[in-house]
Amino acid sequence: MSALDKLPAPGYIAFGVACVIAYLFSGTLVATIGFAIIIGLPLYFMSDLPPYATWLEKFGQYIFLLICTMIFIFLITPVLIIMPLSFNSEPYFSFTQGMMSLDPAAFSTRWYQDIMLFGMNDPNRVDGWWSDMWNNATWVKAAFNSFKFAVLATIMATFFGTLAALGLSRPEMPWRSAITSLLISPMIVPLVITATGMFFFYAKKDTFPFFPDGLINEDLGIVLAHATLGVPFVIITVTATLTGFDNSLIRASKSLGANGWTTFRRVIMPLILPGMISGALFAFITSLDEVVAVIFLADVHQVTIPRQMFSGIREQISPTILAVATVLVVISIALLTTLELLRRRSERLRGLSPG
Amino acid sequence: MTDVAAPGAPENITTSDGVPLKVSLARATRRQRMQALLLVLPLLLFLLVAFVLPIGEMLFRSIYSPIGPDVLPNFSKVIQEWDGEDLPPESTFEVFVKDMTAARESNEIGKTVGNLATRVNYEIPGSRGLFTKSARKVKNITEGPYKEALIGLDKRWEDQHIWRTLQRISSNYTMSFYLAATDRKYDENNDIVMADPLYQIYLPIMGKTLWLSALITFICLLVAYPVSYLLATLPLRTSNLLMIMVLLPFWTSLLVRTTAWIAMLQTEGIVNNILVFTRVISEESRIQMIYNQTGTIVAMVHILLPFMILPLYSVMKTIPPYYMRAARSLGATGTYSFVKVYFPQTIPGIAAGTLLVFILAIGYYITPALVGGSDGLLISNLIADHIKKTLNWSLGSALGAILLAIVLIFYWIYNKLVGVDNLKFG
Repeated sequence: MSALDKLPAPGYIAFGVACVIAYLFSGTLVATIGFAIIIGLPLYFMSDLPPYATWLEKFGQYIFLLICTMIFIFLITPVLIIMPLSFNSEPYFSFTQGMMSLDPAAFSTRWYQDIMLFGMNDPNRVDGWWSDMWNNATWVKAAFNSFKFAVLATIMATFFGTLAALGLSRPEMPWRSAITSLLISPMIVPLVITATGMFFFYAKKDTFPFFPDGLINEDLGIVLAHATLGVPFVIITVTATLTGFDNSLIRASKSLGANGWTTFRRVIMPLILPGMISGALFAFITSLDEVVAVIFLADVHQVTIPRQMFSGIREQISPTILAVATVLVVISIALLTTLELLRRRSERLRGLSPG
Repeated sequence: MTDVAAPGAPENITTSDGVPLKVSLARATRRQRMQALLLVLPLLLFLLVAFVLPIGEMLFRSIYSPIGPDVLPNFSKVIQEWDGEDLPPESTFEVFVKDMTAARESNEIGKTVGNLATRVNYEIPGSRGLFTKSARKVKNITEGPYKEALIGLDKRWEDQHIWRTLQRISSNYTMSFYLAATDRKYDENNDIVMADPLYQIYLPIMGKTLWLSALITFICLLVAYPVSYLLATLPLRTSNLLMIMVLLPFWTSLLVRTTAWIAMLQTEGIVNNILVFTRVISEESRIQMIYNQTGTIVAMVHILLPFMILPLYSVMKTIPPYYMRAARSLGATGTYSFVKVYFPQTIPGIAAGTLLVFILAIGYYITPALVGGSDGLLISNLIADHIKKTLNWSLGSALGAILLAIVLIFYWIYNKLVGVDNLKFG
């Protein structure tokens, strides 16, 4: 059955009339085509309703699909729209006339170059360009800091989080629900409160070993904060992979003579690895995106990408932010793909879905 | 396990090495419990240092304010004996003058007359000058009667209100920041009254935060419900594809999405351009949609929407489609079977989604700070301002404690209704 057969004839007619009205109203072809796509998509996707469906129900189904189409447009447009905008050759946040008519001169990669050039002492020099870029370019330094904090915080959160999840999913764990609530709470407590508390506590002098002046303006302070925020994600994902974990596997391994460490490495680890990796990815992206703790705890030299974006949006809004944002979106697409592949692998390993 | 042995069973079952079975079992269980606890212990210790103690510190700061006793150590002891009638006795004045003279010499942070003046100024706005001015001249008073000499410096020292306030702040612990955080204050007679309606800031902002969070939650629910239904009923291949459109924004940086909404909603932005282009509005009447409450609501709905869709979707996926068909075959109309059969089964998902979105919305900081302008600000922004700008840390902490209490109440409800173990992503 082709898609066309599914369409009720009155649907076609209404569609045509709506397009004509839209054209007469707006007077532009581009707008009419856009309108036609939006109202036409649900018509195309209308599923076969049972034969007893009334006209009112068919109309209702159409309205429902139209609403869903618009919600999906609402969800995805802001994320996608920044990509073409970042190739603007003008320093504006909106599409220019030239971009609308696809004039090549209206597009440029200058904002991507600006990611490296912004903050450099002399972008035009020949010798020492690379060291100048590496040492002075604001966004490069911010990216370096961001990844440094994110990697360290992720390692910390994944290590502690996985251990705790292994304990929590044991049937004999005492006070399980109280402890789980506590371990998840960094995700629930507003960031401003967490950051305020850390701002006071980490500023204490002579409290922390090796850091007599406290942890404010120290890398360790930010890493601790970010690890705290990442822990709930690791716990949730690792616990999820451990549900339905067959404890007889451990006994089987022990009866075959493996000690505790070998059992963990050869039996438990491969099963929870997908959960660990996706938890680590969540923790990583949380840290990479975190700005409140950085605002409260970091000094000017510890600028991260989100911190730089935050001040950029507040002070001198430029399309460089859009270029950075596009790079970040590409990174999140890559992470999302990894996660989806891991999820499928995990389900296959645990035999939850066929194939 | 019960203590009553089954009839006919031997009285004491023992293991091979002669230990009673019950004792041996209890020992093994205890060991396993300890092992489980031991695995969680490192994280508990880590969170204790990195999370629990810092929040405890904030709560402590909201009631602890040692400026009075620090700046005026002796005076703070003797003023306690004053009964609050008339003016303090001459001996108290003498101690006050000597303490002020000593405090004038101090440069240590938290122990200067300036700190004291700021502290009293929180209680009696406009009193700052009295302290700084008197502190400069107080060293000239070397002999009694101190009371007259001090009043000679400034008439305001005759005011009971000043002395009652000094008596109140002479303790290390105070509730006055909680009073300020709820727009209350002490009047001249030491009674707690509401602040002048013109100066009430915090209760209205808290009310607005709760109201906006509720509104955002409601919009999220309205928007998420049809989408989740569609995702749950479509064939897996199509719904997985559409799910990406939900998860991609979820995975995209918060700041990226906020930036994108600025690009979308500003007066020269895409939404306005489309509206002008399609002649819905004219070039002159472009709508201001960002840097106000509208901008905050739109951007926050977009950011929090996945937190509503994911729990709704996971609940709807488990509802078998034949329930609806059965209802229809029994003669119910589409609407009736939806209301009576489908909707009640989605309530667990609605509870999970709304509570989660509401909890996250109350404490939001970044988005309102960037796109909220002045009328889209929430309580978190006020807290951050007190910590980072006005440096009234105690007041910021008190506001934070109140916000924390609200969030924890809803977290507790969430735990009761949904259970934290049911939190899932993707």
